[in-house]
Amino acid sequence: MSEQAETLLDIRDLHVKFPLRSGLLMRTHATVHAVSGVSINVKRGEVLGLVGESGCGKTTLGRAVVGLAPTSGGSINFDGLELAGKDRDDVEGLAKKIQLIFQDPYSSLHPRKMVRDLVGEGLILNGIASGAEVDRLTLAMLQRVGLGVEHLYRFPHEFSGGQRQRIALARALVLHPDLIILDEPTSALDVSVQAQTLNLLKELKAELGLTYLFISHDLGVVRYMSDRIAVMYLGNIVETGPTRNVFDSPQHPYTRSLLAALPSIHPDQRKTRIVLEGDPPTPIDPPPGCPFAGRCPKVQPLCHEQKPVLAIAGPDALHLTACHDPDL
Amino acid sequence: MTDTAREDALKPEVVRQMRRDARKRYFQDSYTLWKRNPITMIGTITIALLILIAFIAPLLATHDPYEQILADRLFAPSAEHWFGTDNLGRDIYSRVVHGSRLTLMIAILVAVISGPIGLVVGVLSGYLGGWVDEVLMRISDVFLAFPKLILAVAFAAALGTGLENAIIAISVANWPGYARMVRAETLAVRNSDYIQAIRVLGAGRLRIMVGHITPMCMSTLIVRVSFDMGAIILIAAGLGFLGLGAQPPSPEWGLMVSDGRDYLVDQWWVSTLPGLAILIVVLGFNLIGDGIRDILDPHQRQS
Amino acid sequence: MTVGADKNNLLEVEDLAVRFYTLRGTVHALEDVSFKLGQGESVGLVGETGCGKSLTARAILRIVSPPGKIIRGNIRFEDKQLLELSEREIRQIRGNQISMIMQEPKMSLNPSMRVGKQVAETLMIHDKSLGKRGAYAQAVDMLNAVSIPDPKHMAKRYPHELSGGMAQRIMIAMMLVTRPKLLIADEPTSALDVTIQAQIIDLINNLIDDIGSSVLMISHDLGVVAETCDRVIVMYAGSVAESGLVRDVMENPQHPYTQGLLRTLPDAIDPGQPLYSIKGTVPNLMDEPLGCRFAPRCPQATDRCSSQKPPVYDVGPGHQVACFLHEATSPVAGTSVGVQL
Repeated sequence: MSEQAETLLDIRDLHVKFPLRSGLLMRTHATVHAVSGVSINVKRGEVLGLVGESGCGKTTLGRAVVGLAPTSGGSINFDGLELAGKDRDDVEGLAKKIQLIFQDPYSSLHPRKMVRDLVGEGLILNGIASGAEVDRLTLAMLQRVGLGVEHLYRFPHEFSGGQRQRIALARALVLHPDLIILDEPTSALDVSVQAQTLNLLKELKAELGLTYLFISHDLGVVRYMSDRIAVMYLGNIVETGPTRNVFDSPQHPYTRSLLAALPSIHPDQRKTRIVLEGDPPTPIDPPPGCPFAGRCPKVQPLCHEQKPVLAIAGPDALHLTACHDPDL
Repeated sequence: MTDTAREDALKPEVVRQMRRDARKRYFQDSYTLWKRNPITMIGTITIALLILIAFIAPLLATHDPYEQILADRLFAPSAEHWFGTDNLGRDIYSRVVHGSRLTLMIAILVAVISGPIGLVVGVLSGYLGGWVDEVLMRISDVFLAFPKLILAVAFAAALGTGLENAIIAISVANWPGYARMVRAETLAVRNSDYIQAIRVLGAGRLRIMVGHITPMCMSTLIVRVSFDMGAIILIAAGLGFLGLGAQPPSPEWGLMVSDGRDYLVDQWWVSTLPGLAILIVVLGFNLIGDGIRDILDPHQRQS
Repeated sequence: MTVGADKNNLLEVEDLAVRFYTLRGTVHALEDVSFKLGQGESVGLVGETGCGKSLTARAILRIVSPPGKIIRGNIRFEDKQLLELSEREIRQIRGNQISMIMQEPKMSLNPSMRVGKQVAETLMIHDKSLGKRGAYAQAVDMLNAVSIPDPKHMAKRYPHELSGGMAQRIMIAMMLVTRPKLLIADEPTSALDVTIQAQIIDLINNLIDDIGSSVLMISHDLGVVAETCDRVIVMYAGSVAESGLVRDVMENPQHPYTQGLLRTLPDAIDPGQPLYSIKGTVPNLMDEPLGCRFAPRCPQATDRCSSQKPPVYDVGPGHQVACFLHEATSPVAGTSVGVQL
């Protein structure tokens, strides 16, 4: 991947907040700060892995890009098109540019629609095809993802999890989008099915020239899939850089403990675990300062007062971390 | 598969055949689910019989349901008059048989009027939310504040007597319940992944509501309506009983029960036998509702 | 094949078979599952969705729900044959001598009862002599033992006020408060984040050492099993494929399925290479089980594999594999996969 690669998606200082309302007058009594000031970019043709634990805002970030979550500040620039602050219905042809694959293939397919209608819907909605052409294009894409003509007129409940995820992929790919946001596409699948799905995703990317924003909590999967990764904690990016650099020399204490927490199948390779104390805090009215300060084993007074910004860490200029004192 | 092979596989007649097969599988599964539950079978048979009787009522009737032979009044059930005769000497059996047409008509018309109203109001309210939801739900609250029967009686009285007005009155009392239920279903479905996925494909609100939310609400609505059929028939009978629904001499079952109330002690059959007909049909609809719920639930098909 | 009651084994499962009688036919969910669990040992039961690992646990506790039915087999727990006990006797064992931790802690806790009381309640059910106060005090101690901060306060909370990790700790407290001889943990960390998962794994490991319970850990995550268990049993499509010490199975897998499964993990592979994937799909359990269930997907299958059920071979100390590939080199261990350490 060259330095000059064109930036396809550029997110700057994005905020997504959900007010929590209660009482008779529905007054806002607290704010869920799901995404607080995230800046990332995805270059055409690359895979950016977005890792973090549940509730860190990675899914919300993905949804904000496709207009399913309301943004409350910052910008999302997609190929020269500003998406932040707009209703998704206002952006003409967005469906043909960005598609989203959901985590759970058991809930992302309409239970009463046949595969042909599920996959063909996008073609009809976006005026790409009609009539018999829909059947033809749908079948071509189904075959590409490893399904066949006999699956065209079946209901979702007749398929296994892996097959359903293939249908969801076909549904997105049939529109030939530039960017696909994959929100934990394999976490609902078994390992052997996961391997098939990941291989398919790689093949499709090479073949169709796709760009992926790959969201996952599984570090092994992200390492395998991504060119670069961004680690998210409590609505903030705490570390980002080329995959190899982040895995080989993690700079942020959170990334370090995350990597150390991974259980290994080889009893001899057991690492000295840095078991984090406590639970991740909730993103409801987060305190100022570093988001990780409450659980950080190396916390200092400054961490509670001032939020660190992403800065170059280590020898590679692309490897950034948001920590006041990463070397400690 | 090559392109020509793909063309072959997608010839219109092949596609049509595949669609047909898919539907056939769906019905086969439905049949298996239906067969599995004997109670549903009993309900279905009851209602099928009701429909059959309604269709061939003139063939089944032994007498003219309107013919009054005052000399034959209040005969007990016998070989000549299977269910006996009423106070005007009419054959009760023939009247019950002919009354099935009225009963069926009331049940179906009320369902056809109030079901769709509830569906539209519920989906709009649930999907659009905001002030649309507020306005529609406050209106339905007004209706829900009164018991159904009282509301139906009030409307029937205001509209004037007659079967048509009774049907309108019952429909008016009925839709808010459906609207509430459909709204709840819509709220549950609207944030599901599969609706979000359709949004990502670029579908507008109208398309989502009509094409994707409505089918999900249909099954619960159909189940609820089939459970309600019994209540509808009872309210219609009640209105008939109070003199607000069907008017004499029409052989409406509620009206017949009402006619017989003066003779309840000595000539029990005048009220009891039409009442029994109501009981059987109401029970039939309730049993069928249970089965429909199982059949329409996609989860049942997974196993 | 008669092994006799080996006093060192806490649990012996022999030839267990469970079938589901469904709409479309009979599902052969478990076929000839046999394994043993020693006193104080922790054993992992791994496999993919639908391989029967959770069902095995349910069969041990006799909570297989209809249309499922245990049709064959012996389950010996200490000196009792669990499948022969009356409903009343088995209830005495459930939750008292054998406890089970479920995957979704929040769904297993009563949402309308304070957690401290729930833990105390479990104690009182099984030890009637304990007074309300005594039970509650013990419950709070137990919360302390599962590293819940400020246990006195936390005991007064309702389940919805807890995070997933805390709720799982409460579940563990509840299940261990009766000091069961066997703890069955069904995917105890699958619903939790990695950093919390690490905490829970450590917690279970420590508590087990303290109480001396045996553990049957069910998981689809090979890493979790490798970190918590002494031995591992690999299941495929309702049968046991391989069993042995964690180190032997993970480092030196002998069954083609285990080999394939370990190779599909994306953790260790170079991102430039495609992941290994086992071809084909999981067999339809409706079909009559003839031969080895893995045969249609096995790269080394012979004609015999699809018609004849492979016996179990001893391939090393305590390492057993149900595969014909070892016929020439290893002795038959009988039809049951067990362990003679």
